[in-house]
Amino acid sequence: MTTITVYDAMAQALAEEMRRDARVLMFGEGVATKRAELLAEFGSTRVRNTPLAEGIIAGTAVGAAATGLRPVIDLLFAPFLCYAMDELVNSAGKLRYLSGGQFEFPLVAIAMTGAGWAVGSQHNHNVEAWFAHAPGLKVVMPSNAADFKGLLKSAVRDDNPVLFFVDIGLLYQPGEVPDGETLVPLGQAAIARPGQDVTLVSYAKTVPVCLQAADALAAEGIAAEVIDLRTIKPLDEAMVLASARRTGRVVVVHEASRTCGVGAEVAALVAEHAFDSLKAPVRRVTGPDAPPPASYPLEQAFVPGVDAIAEAVRALVRKLH
Amino acid sequence: MNPVSPAAAARAAASATTPSAVIPRLDQPEALLEAMLLIRAYELRLSARSAQGGTPSTCTAVGQEAAAVGVVSVLTADDLILTNHRSAGHLLARGADPGRMMAEVLGRRDGYCKGKSGSLHISVRELGVVLTSTIVGGELSLATGVALSQTMLGRPGIVACFFGDGAAGEGIFHESLNLAAVWKLPILYVCENNEWQAFVHRRETMVGERIAARAAPYGIASATVDGNDVDAVRTAARAAIDSIRDSGEPFLLELLTYRLRGHFEPDDQAYVNAAELAAWQARDPIERLKARLLAGGGFTTGDLNGIDARVNARIDAAMAFAEASPWPDTSDLLTDIYA
Repeated sequence: MTTITVYDAMAQALAEEMRRDARVLMFGEGVATKRAELLAEFGSTRVRNTPLAEGIIAGTAVGAAATGLRPVIDLLFAPFLCYAMDELVNSAGKLRYLSGGQFEFPLVAIAMTGAGWAVGSQHNHNVEAWFAHAPGLKVVMPSNAADFKGLLKSAVRDDNPVLFFVDIGLLYQPGEVPDGETLVPLGQAAIARPGQDVTLVSYAKTVPVCLQAADALAAEGIAAEVIDLRTIKPLDEAMVLASARRTGRVVVVHEASRTCGVGAEVAALVAEHAFDSLKAPVRRVTGPDAPPPASYPLEQAFVPGVDAIAEAVRALVRKLH
Repeated sequence: MNPVSPAAAARAAASATTPSAVIPRLDQPEALLEAMLLIRAYELRLSARSAQGGTPSTCTAVGQEAAAVGVVSVLTADDLILTNHRSAGHLLARGADPGRMMAEVLGRRDGYCKGKSGSLHISVRELGVVLTSTIVGGELSLATGVALSQTMLGRPGIVACFFGDGAAGEGIFHESLNLAAVWKLPILYVCENNEWQAFVHRRETMVGERIAARAAPYGIASATVDGNDVDAVRTAARAAIDSIRDSGEPFLLELLTYRLRGHFEPDDQAYVNAAELAAWQARDPIERLKARLLAGGGFTTGDLNGIDARVNARIDAAMAFAEASPWPDTSDLLTDIYA
């Protein structure tokens, strides 16, 4: 094990995959400038800066992916994906299907989001549910350095378009990363902490918050299980349902706004398939239906905190007694 | 670790994209005329059926056959084509089977896309017609990536990207031209300026007369030519392709033509100026080629009637094939979503 930041874990993943497969290339806004180590090793053909034009960055990736390359693109901040929606949703997500399976789109689109840099809602907007709702795409949002590395490597090797969201608040967080080849399969959640009284389902930056809440609850005699989804789509339904059946109580936690968010999908999944096991209603602890603000205290208030999560759990446990 | 060498990767990728089906040689006047007549007959047959009801509607390019046939006829088998919702001309000129195309329009299993596309996004990878998009400007967003693959994987072919004057109003048109110029991508941008942007005339939406004028600010060479004269289109397209091969840079070729039918069948064209329509009908590219062949090409009326008969027989057979093709199985609803 080596302790590195999420940023460095991603850099390792990119370099290893570019070394492994000559078809992998990376381009986007400032990619060759910011990732000078990749430029030095792989050259300006495979590591490219682009104009600040998300539509053509994404479209170029989609066209290249369909015809033999395996592009990774950096679109900087998630709200900028609005400029790339046509290329990602209408082309990458649909043209395999509409052509009767003639094309595949092995590409990864990276974008940052989430509270932490006080940049306001045109740079910080958790839009992962939009892409989970679009057919033909995969959506990944890791919570720790090891998963960032292992999931990014798997995303590059996947033959489908993958949206890879980087939670800004995690970018310079250190974490232990296994030495040697590290692959984390897409579509597999992880039990970040086992427990038998309640299941906290989360992903990205709110996973460590859930772990803190679990610590606080343990002191009160409540054993919370924390599930890190890691991949939003395809969702690891089996792991979520198995845990829900075991604990009988589920709280879904995410920073993205509540309405039609990932939490709604998880709650519906549990209600449809594990209703008989539930001892209390499924609860959601999420960001509000508001644009994320810049002001530091407001931005922090947007994100589900330890107290809100712990209180939601206590309310569920009280319902039983 | 399973390292993939650049050469092996290039070979694998090349074999996956090199056109494998038979691409017809269109270099003799008779073959050019027959291709244009086939396109016309195909589109009119489907239009007549949709007017009767029960057959899905299509976006036709009747009147634009010389543009499609002229450009496609000078491409090589290595070249790739991106097209749009008015794609029948490009597909048929490239050698697509009208029966499989009609089956696709009817939503049948033998369609090129198993019936999942319908008329609007027919791709035929084996002919090098890739990533057909019906989002106006979609083809412009994808052509840069296809051309990037051609250059990075060392393939010889260029990329011909067909779009209309309507797509030139999309922001992605400018993004595409700019990136193609900066990265020196081998793209032949073919603007079929047919004067109509869905239900709106071009003069309502743009200042100036020429889309080609938008190339120079990006450092891209361009030409504008009579798109209803198949020989002129061929000459201009050849010169454009030579320019791309010599310079390694993109080229914008604007073909001045006219959409003789409506945006989407059936369409009464009540919004079309009758005098303008009549003027362009008088410049019908098929009639012009026929007149030229009769006047000096050594063709007789009997020869032309013979071509007409062959084309009509092909369209009859194509429609019969399409109608006989089974519907897809409903289990196909959930196939081809992920690789």
